[in-house]
Amino acid sequence: MTAATYDLGVIGGGVVGSTLALFAARGGLRTVILDRGPLCREASGVNAGTLTLQMTRVALIPHAMRAHAMWASARDWLGHDVGVVVCDGLSLAFTEREAALLEERAGKRREAGAPIRIVGRDEARRIEPGVSDKILLAGHCAIDGYANAYLTGQAFRAALIDAGVTVLENRAVTGLDRNHGGFVAETAEGPVRFKRVVLAGGVWIEPMMRWLGIHLPIKTLVNQLSVTERIRPVMRTVVGIASGLLSLKQYPHGTVVIGGGWQGLGDRERGGVELVPDRLIGNIRLACHAIPELASARLARAWAGLEAETADALPAAGPIPGIDDAYVCGSIHSGYTSGPAIAKLMAEMILGREPDLPLFPIDRLLKADTP
Amino acid sequence: VIRKADLLVLGAGPAGCHAALAGAEAGLDVVLLDEQDTAGGQGWRAPLAGLGMARKGADALAGDAMRQRLARSGIECRFGRRVWSVGGRFRLDAMGPDGAEAFEAERLIAATGAHERVVPFPGWTLPGVIGLAGATVLLKAQAVLPGKRVVVAGAGPLLFAVAAGIIAKGGEVAAIADMDGRLAWMKRLPGLARRLDLLREGLGWSLSILGARVPLLAGHGIRRALGENQLETVVIGPVDGAGAPVGGAERTFDCDALAIGHGLVPGGEAPKILRAAHVFDRQRGGWVPTRDAYGRCSIAGLYACGDGAGIAGARPSAAAGTLAGLAAAHDAGRLNQASFAALAEPAIQQLSAYRPFAAAVTEAMALRGAQVAAIPPETVVCRCEDVTRAEIDAAVDAGATDINQMKHFTRCGMGPCQGRMCGDIAAELVAQRRGVGREAVGFWTQRVPLRPVALDQLLGRFDYADIPIPPPAPL
Repeated sequence: MTAATYDLGVIGGGVVGSTLALFAARGGLRTVILDRGPLCREASGVNAGTLTLQMTRVALIPHAMRAHAMWASARDWLGHDVGVVVCDGLSLAFTEREAALLEERAGKRREAGAPIRIVGRDEARRIEPGVSDKILLAGHCAIDGYANAYLTGQAFRAALIDAGVTVLENRAVTGLDRNHGGFVAETAEGPVRFKRVVLAGGVWIEPMMRWLGIHLPIKTLVNQLSVTERIRPVMRTVVGIASGLLSLKQYPHGTVVIGGGWQGLGDRERGGVELVPDRLIGNIRLACHAIPELASARLARAWAGLEAETADALPAAGPIPGIDDAYVCGSIHSGYTSGPAIAKLMAEMILGREPDLPLFPIDRLLKADTP
Repeated sequence: VIRKADLLVLGAGPAGCHAALAGAEAGLDVVLLDEQDTAGGQGWRAPLAGLGMARKGADALAGDAMRQRLARSGIECRFGRRVWSVGGRFRLDAMGPDGAEAFEAERLIAATGAHERVVPFPGWTLPGVIGLAGATVLLKAQAVLPGKRVVVAGAGPLLFAVAAGIIAKGGEVAAIADMDGRLAWMKRLPGLARRLDLLREGLGWSLSILGARVPLLAGHGIRRALGENQLETVVIGPVDGAGAPVGGAERTFDCDALAIGHGLVPGGEAPKILRAAHVFDRQRGGWVPTRDAYGRCSIAGLYACGDGAGIAGARPSAAAGTLAGLAAAHDAGRLNQASFAALAEPAIQQLSAYRPFAAAVTEAMALRGAQVAAIPPETVVCRCEDVTRAEIDAAVDAGATDINQMKHFTRCGMGPCQGRMCGDIAAELVAQRRGVGREAVGFWTQRVPLRPVALDQLLGRFDYADIPIPPPAPL
């Protein structure tokens, strides 16, 4: 018999796994984090970096607001900068149908606590002079902003090492077994043993759960993104549209990132392997319709990142039913925005404290006949 | 509207044109695309019309002959097209004088050529410093001198071609600094002598350089370039065979232009974007797609040939192009095995005859690790994003293990050139800092657009109501 080396093993080194490992270690647990690649190089490193409430699911508004405050104060708790800018956010409506959609969605989010209000064209254009005069209405939220997602891995890596977490990058876990009251993760470089385990694999939570004999379906979205060359300032807020299929902001160095979840081709085995030119153009048309001056820029780069979605598009965050000391955390809709708050709640639960916001146990997602 | 064809050929240099010709002659419906307005690529570039330039030299004659064959071929030439997207099996999206165009075929031949490598040194971003390839374009296509008084430096035969070209147009070459010593060239002589016509051309350049009494500093490299807002002076010093600076007298030359190049890097964006298998081959310029003898990549229907698939030179590229075009026709069922073998045989013979010469030349043009190791810390490596060697080293020290992670840490390679210019050097620096091979460090994940493209061109004319906006995300 080999004793567990660690109190906690976190499998999956995205923003969720990294935050969880960080707070668990600070809470006194000997913690190891494993990822098949470098930290935060999938969804957590290639997403649009938007920290908006206007694309957040209603049930996640309290978590997103808390996470927004965490991102804004990253220097304090993470110790490293991820280029967070806090600014106004606008969600635009160009048609009557979108205006109705916007009022309904903004209302529901406001009820959940998001400080979103509907503003007319003139006020919207005072908040964002770059916005098109073709808008009818806009939802305005003062709690918005963005991060430089590509800096996430560097920031968390340093913070985790400072906190004493064992960081095992480029260390793919191929299987997970129960072993003498703990778990053993199989890797090509040898087994890693820990007493408790968190599966934090984003879209890869589905294959990870299979190690434990549980079927938890996770849908893989392939979100297309693009970025322009550096241009003169053409906008100063985060801009979206009522349907949620646009996210747009200009970084301080001048590039504009265009996102919104237009789908490319790919899957969790191959990643986001291909962009669909017509959808890229559709996304860019929407962006230039919202901020007309953007059309003077050149497209520098486009890519695709994976996003995980459960059957009800709410997170998988809680204990794994029927298996003591095993937890799952991830597949959070717009997980970059809300992830740190949900991961911190999970860390508190594992540390034996009572989480002060609801988690999202997965019992609801498992078929009754799962063995 | 998508133009459907049997075969798409991307790049109309020697490789692409010969691939298109071989495919079309075997009965394939071929579309040949290039960003330039005429066929020829870098090596066999056509002169601008109206300059009345005399057409002599092996490259000029070969290029003219190829363009004449192309004109008679019935191949649909889409030149002046910036191909920005490669995808599917296979689709190309291009921006041209009439706006957006799309092409589809079951077969794609990537013949996208190479770009020049410049190993950074202090002052390399000063105006007045240009690549040897850029200088060649000025001389060959536009009959323009790069400067009034030019220093020509770097490695490989292009040095002598550029210097002789400047002299032939009445310009002044202040000095030539060749990283290779005379011994290195003597060792390569047997290989070079396998192509007497090309060796003779090289000797012709040397004679004109000797005749102009240009100082030829063998075994020397650029230490630094100096100037206020424009290049004024270069300092040259001795280097060893691996490219490392060694002791010995430094020499200073006043000049208003420095033409410099340290070999070529394959520009194989299309096979990378399509995720074909690649292998690192230092002698052939870096990462190249794995191919069979006919240019077939790891993805069915995809072929790669020419310098974009591994530095070889114009003539081997032409032969490799013929083979790829024939293979595409054979794989499409348009050439039976016997005809395929018969038509391929001369090109196979040519390739094999060129091999010793090409090996001698590509050896001179391969990246020299010790030269990269000697880049000073404060020297900019990525000029798009102003990232220095010290910042790249710091990223590795902070835990970046591969080139894409280093890019995230530093923004190196995130600019408009997508790391084309700095990628080979940046990867070498990461590998050296980690003490591992280049295979362990990888290459940038290639992204669309292949070249920057204006949003207003991409947009075209549209109505908001016609944007196919997908259904909203759940609330």
